Amino acid sequence: MTTGSSSNAGPAHKLVEAAIALLIALFGVIVIVGSLKAGINWGAEGPRAGFFPFYIGIFIVVSSAINLWNGLREDNDGLFAEWGQLRQVMSVIIPTAIYVGAMPFTGLYLASIIFIGWFMRWLGKYPWITVVAVALGMPVVTYFIFERWFLVPLPKGPVEEWLGL
Amino acid sequence: MEELVNLFHGFAVALQPFNVMVMLVGIVLGVIIGVLPGLGGANGVAILLPLTFSMPPTSAIIMLSCIYWGALFGGAITSILFNIPGEPWSVATTFDGYPMAQKGKAGEALTAAFTSSFVGALFAVAMITLVAPLVASFALQFGPAEKFAVYFLAFCSFVGLSKEPPFKTIAAMMVGFALAAVGLDSITGQLRLTFGFTELLNGFDFLIAVIGLFGIGEILLTMEEGLAFRGGTAKINLRVVLQTWKELPAYWVTSLRSCVIGCWMGITPAGATPASFMSYGIAKRVAKNGSNFGKGEIEGVVAPETAAHAAGTSALLPMLSLGVPGSPTAAVLLGGLLIWGLQPGPMLFVEQKEFVWGLIASMYLGNIVGLLVVLTCVPIFAAILRVPFSIIAPLILVLCAIGAYSVHSSTFDVMLMLVFGVIGYLLKKCNYPLAPLVLAIVLGDKAEEAFRQSLLGSQGSLGIFFSNTLVSTIMILGLIALFWSVIQQGYTRLRGASA
Repeated sequence: MTTGSSSNAGPAHKLVEAAIALLIALFGVIVIVGSLKAGINWGAEGPRAGFFPFYIGIFIVVSSAINLWNGLREDNDGLFAEWGQLRQVMSVIIPTAIYVGAMPFTGLYLASIIFIGWFMRWLGKYPWITVVAVALGMPVVTYFIFERWFLVPLPKGPVEEWLGL
Repeated sequence: MEELVNLFHGFAVALQPFNVMVMLVGIVLGVIIGVLPGLGGANGVAILLPLTFSMPPTSAIIMLSCIYWGALFGGAITSILFNIPGEPWSVATTFDGYPMAQKGKAGEALTAAFTSSFVGALFAVAMITLVAPLVASFALQFGPAEKFAVYFLAFCSFVGLSKEPPFKTIAAMMVGFALAAVGLDSITGQLRLTFGFTELLNGFDFLIAVIGLFGIGEILLTMEEGLAFRGGTAKINLRVVLQTWKELPAYWVTSLRSCVIGCWMGITPAGATPASFMSYGIAKRVAKNGSNFGKGEIEGVVAPETAAHAAGTSALLPMLSLGVPGSPTAAVLLGGLLIWGLQPGPMLFVEQKEFVWGLIASMYLGNIVGLLVVLTCVPIFAAILRVPFSIIAPLILVLCAIGAYSVHSSTFDVMLMLVFGVIGYLLKKCNYPLAPLVLAIVLGDKAEEAFRQSLLGSQGSLGIFFSNTLVSTIMILGLIALFWSVIQQGYTRLRGASA
């Protein structure tokens, strides 16, 4: 699974690093705001609900500021990843997001069959027979192990209802 | 003496036919998990945790801990045969293991690795047997301030001992604490940080975080690197095994040193990965043929494997006796205890004798079973790695989704898992450590509770954390751990100045 493009272009590591530090800092600010809403002072039963997370939020903001500063000062001209590599990563994230988003409506089994099938056929270029065998086999095995032997219910959709499972 | 009697009772529990079966299943699953990319000890145990909901707690913990031992063994297989560390703690094993395999000595390297793992684990279990009850009975006297001090020490060790930049460790850890705080406040019963989202009422479950951060994140990293497996074949037979066993006693000093390093690093939550590197580094510096390290020296396999397994095993000591897990996998096991209705910590040794000693006995047996399984089945496990990643990846993703769903039977959790996965990928790429984040989610509520209760007792004065010898000692140890790298730098500078 090598990347097709030979170009060494991609987002700079520094840039991504800075963005991540800023995002973490933003998370810290949200935590601080939420804590202020819950109350950070002392109430009748001692420190109120926001007391502890408030200081956590401050720690997050301060340490992110230091990380941002260190990251920008660092002499690192490297790439975060090449575009081709990121495309590979996205080719996993996007279908997984669709899979996960479809699960509440289709149930786990149907979504899994399509997801495994798609993955093997488009990324792995396997013959249909292998694709069908694995894509159908895995959910069937899952059904027996989880629902039958260990009695763990998994999400089901209209197809399972129609099959009466 | 009482411990010995308890241990024998434990063996009686662990040797029940059902538990032996569960042990075997756990080891085999564990090795597979250790071999597969994207599935490690922590998320492997997290995914399989729901399967144990219907089991008795003792059998459940035996199965899950055996998965952990299996994963520890499994990591070595891929490191030696394919130069791909299946687990972070087996990175150091690749340094000499893979060159040995290239020289056609894969069998020797694997035997050395498995045997050293076994020795390390046995040493750690013996230590747990002797020390854990003492620690637990000592910890029974802890008040909230002492409890908080122990958490403080645990988290400070992360900052001081991890190889990531300290402020990144702190940032990751604090994000974990913040995530733990979301939802119902356990003391006042008030809602906080939910911003009106009903899905967040119960906060973030660390199991979802573990499956996302470690499982999905790892798959994304593997996709980016575009893995192609190329490697030696595993030939291991009795003659090679016996011959290697004859050689190994010569390295007893390395072995003993690695055991001690491993146990120490495992108890302080630095974990197996730094332990294996440290042990390798020291062995390289001390050994007579240290300059040959990296070219296929058997001692270079013995040192990291012994330490990694000793650390991985001894990580359960603070989990059982104090309720502070020493590694992400131990944290997942601790989460399991809570789900089965057991309270980890010193009271466990008083109230749940059968459970604790059954588990400890199963550690002895599990590692023996593990050694036999990996020695006999290496070729089968190695074959798993030849299954192309484009088949393995979707199957692992589906397994992760099933694991995430079955924690609370919620599809929202599955989406959350994917979000954690992307976050894990980005954080890992930017050198943020994930273990402290996960541990903070697990321990956040308890640490906060201890902190607030201490302050209640002292009317808000931080002086309570230095109010008696015990709590001050733990706090000062924590501060030393926190500033460890600074202290070390200062020491080297001083030595440099005087030399």
